[in-house]
Amino acid sequence: MNLAVRLRPIVFIAILLVIWQIAISRHPGYILPGPLGVVGGIVDLIRHGLLLKYVVASLFRVTWGFVLAAVLAIPLGLTIGWYSRLEMALNPIIQILRPISPLAWIPIAILWFGVGDLSAVFLIFLACFFPLLLTAMNAVRNIPSVYINAGRNFGMGLSTLVYSVLYPAVVPQLIIGLRITLGVAWLVVVAAEMIAVDSGLGFLIVDARNAGNRYDLVVAGMLIIGTIGLLLDTGMRSLEKIKSFRWGYSED
Amino acid sequence: MSTEAAIKLPVASAIKLRAEHVGMVFARDGKTTEVLNDIDLEVREGEFVCLVGPSGCGKSTLLNVMGGFLSPTSGQVRIDGQVVRGPDPRRIFVFQERGVFPWLTVEGNIGFGLFKLSRAEREQRIKHYVNMVGLQGFEEAYPSELSGGMKQRLEVARAFAVNPDMLYLDEPFGALDSITRLVMRGELLRIWEAERKTVIFVTHDIDEAVQLADRVVVLSARPASIQEIVNIDIAHPRDISSPRYLELRDGILRQIGLAHKI
Repeated sequence: MNLAVRLRPIVFIAILLVIWQIAISRHPGYILPGPLGVVGGIVDLIRHGLLLKYVVASLFRVTWGFVLAAVLAIPLGLTIGWYSRLEMALNPIIQILRPISPLAWIPIAILWFGVGDLSAVFLIFLACFFPLLLTAMNAVRNIPSVYINAGRNFGMGLSTLVYSVLYPAVVPQLIIGLRITLGVAWLVVVAAEMIAVDSGLGFLIVDARNAGNRYDLVVAGMLIIGTIGLLLDTGMRSLEKIKSFRWGYSED
Repeated sequence: MSTEAAIKLPVASAIKLRAEHVGMVFARDGKTTEVLNDIDLEVREGEFVCLVGPSGCGKSTLLNVMGGFLSPTSGQVRIDGQVVRGPDPRRIFVFQERGVFPWLTVEGNIGFGLFKLSRAEREQRIKHYVNMVGLQGFEEAYPSELSGGMKQRLEVARAFAVNPDMLYLDEPFGALDSITRLVMRGELLRIWEAERKTVIFVTHDIDEAVQLADRVVVLSARPASIQEIVNIDIAHPRDISSPRYLELRDGILRQIGLAHKI
């Protein structure tokens, strides 16, 4: 890609920002802060040391909720997917719990864990657990039987088979599941922080509004959330480029 | 080709595999389908046997029963006198080229079945079979970087690398283009003549069967039973326009009920 092509989105964003600023300055009455106002808001946050503190707080909760869910849901999902009888037994309960929005658990989270990090982590855990469980179950079921048969044919016991066939065969699908789920976790942390805690980017947004209608801080918070979400997704996407995983994403 | 190899088929060689009254009935949604009907077959050690028959007749089912992946509803299969109860690394099943593991390199695939060997032994084996199937220079390549024919050779190499007594091939060249298919037949014969495994090869291609096999087992339409066993008494390399070749081929075509005119 040449430089002009690379610059294209940046130029486009710059144009949008200019239009935004002009529109805001011409519009009578307050509907939204302009880009300069938002930049001022971000500078304010940095000066008070809140930007880093809130970003770290949000990432901390997402990391714990996401990692805990992955560590529990993936092995469990692989096991359930492998033993079809277990799947028949557990599928109804999974299907009932799965469509419940993690936000519906907020009262129960607060009842169990009080207002604080633990509640937020619990909500993110729930948001990640069921999608990952289903991803892992489906990934096992979708392994072409030729791979399993080949593994058995070469005399592999269950543990070697899991390590040499099952695991590599499901990794590409798991990575897609993890990527999508991390996106969901990042959505949920904002909502959880609006209610269950007193720090983080979600808290920043409600707090900025409640404590003096600081909409510059609200929009600043939104932009920071968007940027970090993009970075998280890019990071997960880069896993898909690893050579021994890449077969799972192309059709050849 | 040496005359020794051309004579081959020591008549006295031991029976490797014996299918005894093998029957198979699938039950699905309350309906039962009989797929195999009383199959009796003996395969000698080092023999190359092709199973042919109309598509959907149950050739693959029979091969899967022989390989231990399916249990027959009645009868049994014995190999070296032992009843087959499951898959075994002494008998390797070769699928179409989709059987190679896409997450492993060429080396990784060939070494896949060698997990019990020491590292040095494994590497030496891998090298030997990379050379045998002509994949030198592609050791580090992933299957997605290989052509269909190369993938098929890779799968054959993976099977040979564990030094099995028997190979089961289920329409292994079915997905290849016709030129690659011809080349692969030649390769398979070359490797078979070098290592003399017992080979059971399923195909729906009569020409392929007559070019490769010592004996061609013609199966009937479902439920499959053995219609005829044809001895292919032509030495390798076979002249595929010789009168004897054509006679044998046309005989099988007639057996299956196909006119050889289009």
